[in-house]
Amino acid sequence: MAEARSERGNKIERPLSPHLMIHTPHINMVMSILHRMTGAALYFGMVLLAWWLTAAATGPEYFAFVQSVFATWPMQLVLFGYTWALIHHMVGGVRHFIWDTGAGFDIRTIDLLSWGSIVVSAIAALAIWAYVLNGGGVAL
Amino acid sequence: MMMRTPLKNVRGLGSAKEGADHFWKQRLTGAANLVLSIFLLGLLICLAGADYATVKATLARPFVALPLLLLVVSAAVHMRIGMAVIIEDYVHGEAMKIALLMLNSFFSILVGAASALAVLKLSFGG
Repeated sequence: MAEARSERGNKIERPLSPHLMIHTPHINMVMSILHRMTGAALYFGMVLLAWWLTAAATGPEYFAFVQSVFATWPMQLVLFGYTWALIHHMVGGVRHFIWDTGAGFDIRTIDLLSWGSIVVSAIAALAIWAYVLNGGGVAL
Repeated sequence: MMMRTPLKNVRGLGSAKEGADHFWKQRLTGAANLVLSIFLLGLLICLAGADYATVKATLARPFVALPLLLLVVSAAVHMRIGMAVIIEDYVHGEAMKIALLMLNSFFSILVGAASALAVLKLSFGG
């Protein structure tokens, strides 16, 4: 948008509505931003699931190729990030469901739910990867 | 003076003509995704390190394929709405906004359809 200027060309100082930068970051605000960021990450990450499923439906050679790509350390990092983002977005979604009912809006509960979502998602993601990397897997 | 009939008010559903449809669909698919994503996580944990034959046979099982199919459809709807909201929030140029909203729909449908096709192909013995 074009900036408003007076006829002399100097910038008019208009009052602006308060925006993100002027607020001290609170945990619920950080979680709100993270909810959107993890959602966007999952959006693009769904390509990985589609690719993996398509590879399984294509044949053993192509599946082996995709598995070998997923086994490289940058992709392992991405997949770990994907695991965390999925769980964090899920837990955040539950938090929003609670708030949708109108409950849990006192400061104590807001802080508890917000800190809870980051703690739970981090622990769950780490636990899943520790289990899988230690040769977890279940015989099917 | 109120010139509209009550019926018109209900039918109109506001300026977007959709009322709370977006809001509701996002929560409906969100609830579905919550359950189905837990299933997906469990499935992927079980399949970690499995060979091709096991993966193929597992994904072909009806009780695996059904929730997987539901998940990719529900997730596609959810991600399309979510990204549309992000685009509407941050992109203010009308042409760019419409172009990105179209791309968003194409992308979400493509990812959902590709995943669904793969699951169906595995299910039907491909």
